[in-house]
Amino acid sequence: MLRYLVTRVGTMLGILVVVSIGLFSLIHAAPGDPVSAMISPEELGNSEAFVKARTHELGLDRPVVEQYVAWLGRAIQGDLGESFRNNGRPVLGLLLERLGPTMELVFTAVIGSVVFSLALGVFAASRKNRPADYLVSGGTLLFMSVPAFFLGMLAMYLFAFQLQLLPSTGMASPGDGGAADLASHLVLPAGVLAVAETAKLTRYVRAGMLEELGADYVRTALAKGASLRRARRHALRNTLLPLITLLVVGIPELLGGTVVVEILFSWPGMGQLTIDAITYHDYPLIIGFGVLATILVLLSNFLGDFLYRLADPRVRLR
Amino acid sequence: MAWRRFRHNRGAMAGLVVLGVIVLIVLVAPLFVPYTPTAVDPNHVREGLSAAHWLGTDDTGRDTLARLLAGGQVSLLVGFAAAASALVIGTTLGIVSGRAGGWLDLLITRITELFMAIPSILVVIVLAGVVGPSIGLLITLIALFTWPSCCRIARSVVLKVRELEYVQAAHAAGTVWWRILLRHLLPNVLPQVMVSGTLLVAIAILSEASLSYLGLGVTPPAASWGNMLMEVRSFGKLASQPWLWVPPGVAISLTTLSVVFIGDGLRDALDPKAASS
Repeated sequence: MLRYLVTRVGTMLGILVVVSIGLFSLIHAAPGDPVSAMISPEELGNSEAFVKARTHELGLDRPVVEQYVAWLGRAIQGDLGESFRNNGRPVLGLLLERLGPTMELVFTAVIGSVVFSLALGVFAASRKNRPADYLVSGGTLLFMSVPAFFLGMLAMYLFAFQLQLLPSTGMASPGDGGAADLASHLVLPAGVLAVAETAKLTRYVRAGMLEELGADYVRTALAKGASLRRARRHALRNTLLPLITLLVVGIPELLGGTVVVEILFSWPGMGQLTIDAITYHDYPLIIGFGVLATILVLLSNFLGDFLYRLADPRVRLR
Repeated sequence: MAWRRFRHNRGAMAGLVVLGVIVLIVLVAPLFVPYTPTAVDPNHVREGLSAAHWLGTDDTGRDTLARLLAGGQVSLLVGFAAAASALVIGTTLGIVSGRAGGWLDLLITRITELFMAIPSILVVIVLAGVVGPSIGLLITLIALFTWPSCCRIARSVVLKVRELEYVQAAHAAGTVWWRILLRHLLPNVLPQVMVSGTLLVAIAILSEASLSYLGLGVTPPAASWGNMLMEVRSFGKLASQPWLWVPPGVAISLTTLSVVFIGDGLRDALDPKAASS
């Protein structure tokens, strides 16, 4: 067990280093630089001296390898540098500040999608080939094809504008930070985020249930007089296991989806911060975000493996 | 025979028809629309649906329909090109990997696994933003993260086919390697890969839309379905000028949906045992 943990953590660190090197090289190889990005095009001609001074100040004129090593040294100690924009605030602080809202969104979306996909999947499986089943199957295909931001716009238009039922943007209304207010702000973005995932999971649950219900052990149980309900429960338990893996594997995609949803709903999460950073070549922030995102993905993979091991003792740890 | 099964799948046929219609319209209709996608007309700004502008105009008087059609050309181009590239690269590498075995197989498999392990969306977002928006780059990036699945499928088919008796017989009889490839490997690999390919088209179209929406893909004044949606970021516009964002959104969804239905139909036609509904 210990050996497994050590190897695992080692691999994760290795991947982190590789990703950081990759990002670092790419960013520095790309055209454009952060200092020029901060000056309007007209001023650029007059500001040569300023550009030079600032570049030196930020250490951008040193060889790339040296810059990377310097960054790595600080990173190991937990210091991810300072953002070029945002008044030079520490990168780590900025990211952590935005992490909370993003995690709220992701968490809600995951829970919502699991609950709904289980309900819908089981329902569709139990009504196989009847109109209800076709409705669910067709619906899942539909919601997998609609881009998240368009769905969000439609939802916004319907619920926030036409029906005036839910707030359209942001995380909290001015002057009110209560739980109910938060919940109402959370519904649309988390819902939109969850839709595609729910559709995907529902298809799986339905297929999984059908497969299990046709299996020998179910047949035996029914022959022995077990109720259909009992059999369904057993089938469901067996479909849960791969569901976990599917869910975990879908987390990176979900994270990508949050970027779009956050921008649409002006949700104060990491998405907006990152897009800004990318547009303005804010190197430390971009790399910091890359590292953080990689950590999240690695952690969720690790968690997924762990849960799977818990659920099915036959699985051996590598 | 698989074609016959495909034809009976109503969803798939509907998808094929709809996709065909969309492609046709996008290619031919611009000839009939009297406006160009970038023509600015300050006299007809923010107009709704009208006889002169079937889908209304935007802030600078550009005709929405013209932009929709032009955007369609770009979005479909990126979608199909990216998927095609991924298909070609993935299938080739998959076949090579399966046939060659040994260290080459191992190397290619490891590379495939590496690419599959990287959280693609995040990396694409960062890369697209960092290197700057361009259609060629977009196609390359999307293809870069979708080829692994094709490779896997091609490789597993090759591994399976390689063991079949008639292939081994052909090999023993001294058939040239490229003949075996053409007559035995490809006919088995292609159908499976095509199914994956349709899914790739769907993914590519959605990816392009998302990237353009974030401002990292096709940038204005060029039109693409994604960036038409981007231009309606403010809530006010969203509410008051629905004709600007609903058409491109519907277009993306409809196209993707048809492609997905076709893919499902292909999969069911090729392997009726795996039919899910």
